[in-house]
Amino acid sequence: MDTESTYSGYSYYSGRSRGSHRHGERSRDHHKSRSKDGSRSEKSVTINAPPAEPLLGDSSVLGEEVQDDNWGETTTAVTGTSEHSLSQEDIVRITKDLEDSVGLDCRRYFSLTLAVVLGLLVFLTPLAFLALPHLLWPDKLLVCGTACEGLFISVAFKLLILLLAVWALFFRAPRAGLPRVFVFRALLAVLVLLFVVSYWLFYGVRILDSQDENYQGIVQYAVSLVDALLFIHYLAIVLLELRQLQPAFSVCVTRSTDGETRHYNLGQLSIQRAALAIIENYYRDFSVHNPALLTASKSRAAKHLAGLKVYNVDGEFPTTPATEAFKAKLKAYLLDSPGNNAATGLAHSQSRAMIAAAARRRDTNHNELYYEEAEHERRVRKRKARLVVAVEEAFTHIKRMQEEEQKKAPGDVMDPREAAQAIFPSMARSLQKYLRTTRQQHCHSMESIQQHLAFCITNNMTPKAFLESYLNPGPTLQYGRERWLARQWTLVSEASVTSGLKEGAIFLLKCIDFSLVVTTKRIPYIQLSEEFIDPKSHKFVLRLQSETSV
Amino acid sequence: MSFIPGQPVTAVVQRIEIRKLRQGEHLILGFSIGGGIDQDPGQNPFSEDKSDKGIYVTRVTPEGPAEVAGLMMGDKVMQVNGWDMTMVTHDQARKRLTKKNEDVVRLLVASLLCNASPFVQTEFAI
Repeated sequence: MDTESTYSGYSYYSGRSRGSHRHGERSRDHHKSRSKDGSRSEKSVTINAPPAEPLLGDSSVLGEEVQDDNWGETTTAVTGTSEHSLSQEDIVRITKDLEDSVGLDCRRYFSLTLAVVLGLLVFLTPLAFLALPHLLWPDKLLVCGTACEGLFISVAFKLLILLLAVWALFFRAPRAGLPRVFVFRALLAVLVLLFVVSYWLFYGVRILDSQDENYQGIVQYAVSLVDALLFIHYLAIVLLELRQLQPAFSVCVTRSTDGETRHYNLGQLSIQRAALAIIENYYRDFSVHNPALLTASKSRAAKHLAGLKVYNVDGEFPTTPATEAFKAKLKAYLLDSPGNNAATGLAHSQSRAMIAAAARRRDTNHNELYYEEAEHERRVRKRKARLVVAVEEAFTHIKRMQEEEQKKAPGDVMDPREAAQAIFPSMARSLQKYLRTTRQQHCHSMESIQQHLAFCITNNMTPKAFLESYLNPGPTLQYGRERWLARQWTLVSEASVTSGLKEGAIFLLKCIDFSLVVTTKRIPYIQLSEEFIDPKSHKFVLRLQSETSV
Repeated sequence: MSFIPGQPVTAVVQRIEIRKLRQGEHLILGFSIGGGIDQDPGQNPFSEDKSDKGIYVTRVTPEGPAEVAGLMMGDKVMQVNGWDMTMVTHDQARKRLTKKNEDVVRLLVASLLCNASPFVQTEFAI
């Protein structure tokens, strides 16, 4: 049942989302379980193959040391999900989405070219204002005096400052592709365009047509243009960067699959920008989504439903007098009170019967759950103890060589990668067992573990530091790129995504396997009052209770 | 025994006469007192009203002169030999009770216990 539900979700979302790129998907599909194509309902799969990409420059070493796929174990693993298998439908979907992604790139390049054109227009306009009189009517122009030439310097430096400021604010790699246009940027672009067009109009009518000789006035006009552009840039900073810094809303983000919840403070943003901020925080704060941890509750839910069968008495069965009589008797039996309406009473009694039967079943279910969880915890702790001991022992075999010793005994010297591969086999089995007990084995491949071990050895980390990333599930970015799913996010919202956040706004951020439910609350207005305490007012008395014998 | 400052106190009292016992060179009465206007009234376990700063009997030695005379633990001492005990410091109360030239002290006590027979109902003006 797991496999079907996972697969259906997968196809549904990837078909819908316009911006989904399949490149990440394909590489993800390459180096996962080796199940056969098209098989949806398989339940047993061998352990994960090592990833396809070799480390840079280490392929020779990798070739010797690559162990069997079932490193440390020779039994097969049973996994409940087959979401990583590649099948016919996947291939069709990949080709279709390639076409979709081309559309998205067009939109990005279109906006990029617009921005470049606007920028060039803005920068060349003052220079054009200054140069055109010299080109068109050089004889009639008055000589440019000292003040006028001083203004040249001013124009030059202001243009330089404007260039640096625009570079700082706008010349950054785009960090996200949002579904709708960024409203503030669009408004600012329109404002700048209108502004420059109006200046050109005025220039064209009053200066070019009449061929004004007062060159100082023209230079001052150009200076005023550059000043106004700098002020528009100030407006851009305030609108784009400063306005959302002050926190105004507190959002509660809950992952739908396992209920992990975090709270963030956001400023006044549009819903799509808030969604972007939340997703960036998700990659940092939430532990990685592990579908293998959810199978237990799903199997319990399956058991609840499997034990109950509901018969429809008013049904599609062919009617004979015998069945009619039977139906009437059954109805009379199920309907407790005689005054009920037939249809609703039947529905109610059906649901009542179901709930009663379910309640009786639940009496034993919680017992099972309790003992199962206690057993699991005990097993995890036992494996963890063995793992810690094995790793500590393995680390004692490695010792860092000092500089002087290196020159003296160049015999058995190893670099970190070789050292990691030397001590890895002694801890491999217990680590493998621990990962399987905590159902993390598909998050870590053998290659990544050895890499991490080499990293820890290089940086003089203790065994506890090495084990930290396996004992506690870390944030999503810590794992391989195939887990990130950074291009699969969909924003689902009832309000328009360019409208601002409001009190009580609810929207959904859907990824393939799970979704993040976001609710908003306004941060309350805080009224702070003051109380002054005179430092001399701290006085104390001794309160006694003595007893005297007389 | 509620106490309103400035108002006369009404209480049910009894008179107890204790003859002092000579032990060595001291004259003892055989009980302990607690309370006083310089003490913390909140810690008094015997008072009904926790702002009552009167003198209370906290302990009575068994077979002592006080027990023989009928003094019980928890009694509030209102007067000693005619001197008022409701508005005195702890030390003043001790001095009044341990005067060396007196053999007998006559106490006016108000008892919490219900088996105290009320001889006198007196009004005190504070």
